[in-house]
Amino acid sequence: MREVVRFLQNGRVVELADVRPTETVLDYLRLRRGLVGTKEGCGEGDCGACTVAVGRLVEGRLVYQPVNSCIQFLGMLDGAELVTVEDLAENGQLHPVQQAMVDHHGSQCGFCTPGFVMSLFTLYHAPERQATRKTVTDWLAGNLCRCTGYRPIVDAALEACFNEIDDAFSRRADESIAALQAMEQDTRDVFIPQAEGGFFAAPASLDALAELAERHPQATLIAGATDVGLWVTKQLRELPQVIWLGRVRDLDRIEETPGGVLMGAGTTFAAAHPYMARIDPDLGELWRRIGSRQVRASGTVCGNIANGSPIGDSPPALIALGATIELRRGEDSRTLPLEAFFIDYGKQDRAPGEIVTGLYVPRLDPNHAFRCFKISKRFDQDISSVLCALRVTLADGTITEARLAYGGMAATPKRAEIAELALIGARPDRPSTWAAALKALADDFAPISDMRASDAYRKEVARALLAKALVEIGGTPDERTRVSGLRSGEVDHAA
Amino acid sequence: MQPDGTREAPAAAALASVGQSLPHDSAIRHVSGSAVYVDDIREPAGTLHVVPGWARDATRGRIVSLDLDPVRAHPGVVAVIGPADIPGKNDVSPALGDEPMFAEEEILFWGQPLFAVVATTREAARHAARKARIEVEDLPPLLTVEDALAADETVLPDYQFRKGSPETGLATASHLMEGSLRIGGQEHFYLEGQVSLAVPGEDGDMFVHTSSQHPSETQHIIARVLAVPDAAVTVEVRRMGGGFGGKESQANHWAAIAAIAARATGRPCKLRLDRDDDMIMTGKRHDFRVDWKLGHDAEGLLRVVDMRLFARCGYSADLSLGVVDRSMFHADSSYYYPDAMIHSRRLKTHTCSNTAFRGFGGPQGMLAAERMMDALAIRLGVDPLDLRKRNFYREGRDVTPYGMKVEEHATLHAIVDQLEESSDYRRRRQEIASFNASSPILKKGLALTPVKFGISFTLKHLNQAGALVHLYTDGSIHLNHGGTEMGQGLFQKVAQIVAEEFGVTLDKVKITATHTGKVPNTGPTAASSGTDLNGMAAKIAAETIRNRLVAFAAERYQVPPDAISFADNSVQLGERSMTLGELAREAHLARIQLSAAGFYATPNITWDRPSASGRPFFYFAYGAACSEVTVDTMTGEMRVDRVDILHDVGRSLNPAIDIGQIEGGFVQGMGWLTTEELVWDDRGRLRTHAPSTYKIPTASDVPEDFRVTLYASAGNPSPTVYRSKAVGEPPVMLAISVFSAIYDALASLNPGTIPDLDAPATPEAILHAVLSMKRSRAG
Ligand SMILES: Cc1cc2nc3c(=O)[nH]c(=O)nc-3n(C[C@H](O)[C@H](O)[C@H](O)COP(=O)(O)OP(=O)(O)OC[C@H]3O[C@@H](n4cnc5c(N)ncnc54)[C@H](O)[C@@H]3O)c2cc1C
Ligand code: FES
Ligand code: FES
Repeated sequence: MREVVRFLQNGRVVELADVRPTETVLDYLRLRRGLVGTKEGCGEGDCGACTVAVGRLVEGRLVYQPVNSCIQFLGMLDGAELVTVEDLAENGQLHPVQQAMVDHHGSQCGFCTPGFVMSLFTLYHAPERQATRKTVTDWLAGNLCRCTGYRPIVDAALEACFNEIDDAFSRRADESIAALQAMEQDTRDVFIPQAEGGFFAAPASLDALAELAERHPQATLIAGATDVGLWVTKQLRELPQVIWLGRVRDLDRIEETPGGVLMGAGTTFAAAHPYMARIDPDLGELWRRIGSRQVRASGTVCGNIANGSPIGDSPPALIALGATIELRRGEDSRTLPLEAFFIDYGKQDRAPGEIVTGLYVPRLDPNHAFRCFKISKRFDQDISSVLCALRVTLADGTITEARLAYGGMAATPKRAEIAELALIGARPDRPSTWAAALKALADDFAPISDMRASDAYRKEVARALLAKALVEIGGTPDERTRVSGLRSGEVDHAA
Repeated sequence: MQPDGTREAPAAAALASVGQSLPHDSAIRHVSGSAVYVDDIREPAGTLHVVPGWARDATRGRIVSLDLDPVRAHPGVVAVIGPADIPGKNDVSPALGDEPMFAEEEILFWGQPLFAVVATTREAARHAARKARIEVEDLPPLLTVEDALAADETVLPDYQFRKGSPETGLATASHLMEGSLRIGGQEHFYLEGQVSLAVPGEDGDMFVHTSSQHPSETQHIIARVLAVPDAAVTVEVRRMGGGFGGKESQANHWAAIAAIAARATGRPCKLRLDRDDDMIMTGKRHDFRVDWKLGHDAEGLLRVVDMRLFARCGYSADLSLGVVDRSMFHADSSYYYPDAMIHSRRLKTHTCSNTAFRGFGGPQGMLAAERMMDALAIRLGVDPLDLRKRNFYREGRDVTPYGMKVEEHATLHAIVDQLEESSDYRRRRQEIASFNASSPILKKGLALTPVKFGISFTLKHLNQAGALVHLYTDGSIHLNHGGTEMGQGLFQKVAQIVAEEFGVTLDKVKITATHTGKVPNTGPTAASSGTDLNGMAAKIAAETIRNRLVAFAAERYQVPPDAISFADNSVQLGERSMTLGELAREAHLARIQLSAAGFYATPNITWDRPSASGRPFFYFAYGAACSEVTVDTMTGEMRVDRVDILHDVGRSLNPAIDIGQIEGGFVQGMGWLTTEELVWDDRGRLRTHAPSTYKIPTASDVPEDFRVTLYASAGNPSPTVYRSKAVGEPPVMLAISVFSAIYDALASLNPGTIPDLDAPATPEAILHAVLSMKRSRAG
């Protein structure tokens, strides 16, 4: 057992014993350390002003990811390197990304700027990037700027981020890697006790995690905390007991089998991205549009599922693909089809103390066709008003089986069972044969109105998306059906 | 006249600093994280944190009971303050006395503060603030324009401009047309939220660091609530993390609460609003319904316009007088209305009090005018650009509905003609027609729209500014003026002007925080006028010192004054050369004053509101934008494909900063008209009070093909500082081209039918319009 959290900062290991379970990295920096370069713009992961870079070892390489420090808990830094805007300049010389921001007039009020600089820093260090505007705008989707209109920032990124990597961080990478490795070798479970039975725990093995979760069924399990962080910062919920699964290496595994992909519960959206894109380009695009770089770097696919939201993006797509999840409580494991996990609003098939350990996503067969669409007010970093995913099995152009799932249409991610039935026997290239399926959606769903969309819009769009999927499967090229996310589009989805 | 149609302005001498694309004064600090915002100031020992408390279940109602004991009992709470703790007046309104700091009897909107918690940490204060037990007897709230119209409730009297005889015009016009448009509001979403740090001093003094566009007003309101003389309160603003009008009056409330808390506890008190509280409690851009009627001839030449502007002002007047006036001043856009009735109502609703937002009402008025043009073009089956040009102000057709003559219409024509050419408008018009003919699902649209924006505060007394310049004996210069820096680059532009006067490089000019003790009684930094006013005041101050130096040196060295020049960090005195510091030292020993205050009042404005006559604007700023969009008629999704902008900044003081204002303003305007939707539920609760639900543009929303050019101006014909033009607000309205392009795409679905599209054009709004176009085609 280890009763301290350790991370690397400026080449030095910081060791902290006083870590409150839900203290955020941002508060730690600003309030405890007086490092006020990192800003708070929203406290909910949406604006990026609080972006810091977090370096971790991935297969021996040091990888820097952008992280929203406002919703990341301090204990989650354990074993990582933390880089903030104050750390970039070297002997009074600006870092290349900082200099490019100055040269291109990339700041006006400057409040968003440290966050952009840190996102650009991670892009600068990202391997094998295509130097395109799209790479940049995707990388910056989680950074809002209200002043500049972004053009100068994108230009700064294009100039600075795609050159040979040469900065203080690359030059001392060997030492940093050694320091991170040394920390990694300490495989004791982290347990930081608090008053009145509270704790922050970060077990290092699956068995320890399962045991701890079973012993404390009321504790809050966190993976990326991109949902749980907001319970604390926005809803002001007190979470006295927190178990972080980020140190369990067994949960990081991703395996490609002949039939599909197996991912552990630690798999972030970012890590899953290339695998999903290989299954279908629409999945790649959906993944690209989930949250932002920052959110995808921390947020996990299984967290998205376990969270149980009716507007989570991955569940409908995964349901259409026929995915299954694996759960474990104590020593007992079980597997179930993903759609069975979602029982009702806020209610999932998960016992207290039970952990989601992994997810299996079957690949598409040659006789499958797949389409997936996300509708939101804004293309990037927005929550869906409607998400539609369709997998059809085709024999000689006729549908023999359909899996059609929607988000935003019901209290849970849900299959459109009546429409699915109506699709059997239809031919995508003949619209008249699927008119009944479009109609059937009205029987499948009675959506609600909220700030994202009205019920009428949701119904109309649910039909339109099914129609669009079928039109495309029927042969209409997607340049003629879509304003964004072309299937043949620039593919850029490495982790 | 120049070949391009602009008028000749006096040729400028070669300039060293003015006109250079220098970076923002704080650029290096911004990228390093060392630029200090209010929340970054190292807190004085013992600083307490303040969070306002409110009734989460009440929109409008009578306060029956307020039990704050649970709040007081929360660990860390030092004090809970309410109306009884205010030594002065319980009012934080800019003028009319209708905005209590803490509601006392009646709650007037969802989010109105009732008390504030003062605690040792911000976290403790946030938790405690939610613990109040509040009982409210609900009263029916007025929420919409229609509610307020039915109740006949306004925050200020109605107001109108009449030109000619609109009644006769409407009665005699050969063709009539009418319509109605709803225009959504807009949240400022400055990245830095409202924040103030109040530090109590001796003898009742209060020093307040705040993020305010109007430090003088903040000072006066704090003095009012503390019941101390203005002179006892000092307000300082080094920089804001964005303002956009949202900190013109809306910063006062929080600064005043912080000051009251500091007075009550005797300790420094900081109040930084949560993003949700900020979005719930502070005012936004006014949303409008505009009903219009026009008469025209067979060619589409306007004969008469009757426009009724219904603005939802919220629970108090705030700045609604000026905001809605400015909507009226821009209800003509760039078009000549021979007869006109521009009528406005400032409606009272039980929602947050709407306020200044970049453009200050102008965008709403202009949007309505452009909608009239689009609708009329569709009805007549003509290209909207041709119709626009036909109705432009021109010689002999140059008097606005408020009686001011448009003198610079040639600039408008030149800009639009050049943009039409450079954007390849006509060819693309053809291409889009053929694309649409063969594309059943995706439809493209194109629009080229003009901007003409009046520069000056329409409240005449605000058109004045002061500056304070000191020259020290080492040659360094201390620069101070009444303008505030919110990212727009004002500080750098003014520093460039002062550097120019002294012939020094920018590193010799120390930019300092706006401070009510240095330059008093200032106006807000608003109305795009920051540089026009403060640049001129600073120039005058610098000139005063320089003239003293010249007079002194001419005598001391026996050289004629015109043989003395200031350039390249040195002073040339005939054959002799010395540094500015050397000259300053000599002047100082000779007891010459090296400090000067500058004062400037804009000339040539004579607006008289009661009689609705005179000249409200010193000049107009012009621009035009051409936007192309693609609309998905199945889902309502929309992509902006290309935008070309040509904008007039007169002779630019700093082209990089000006282009930044144009691009940023355009993107902000585009957000207002597309993704940014404010949603209130049927109980008057704002449902979009965080960036998770309120969507400002991201980097990928900006068109890949985005071409911004400064108009090659020979200079502002009006004698502004270095013949520049104001640039803060006008670019917002360039985004109307996007909204019009969407309209154009919709119109292609059923030529001749007027689409039913309100702003913002969210996917849902677009799909709604698509479906009604399809129905009208079928029916
Ligand atoms: C700015 C922002 C944008 C977002 N955008 C999107 C979006 O576009 N689409 C979308 O779908 N979501 C979005 N989200 C929501 C969120 O990112 C996802 O739901 C994410 O997948 C959650 O994963 P996590 O690892 O962060 O979960 P956490 O926050 O750590 O946990 C979420 C929930 O799952 C539980 N949990 C986590 N892991 C396990 C496990 N292994 N076993 C059992 N229970 C577990 C937790 O106890 C908690 O109840 C966004 C969030 C933010 C802050
Ligand atoms: S503060 Fe906005 S994302 Fe963290
Ligand atoms: S520079 Fe002001 S928000 Fe980006």
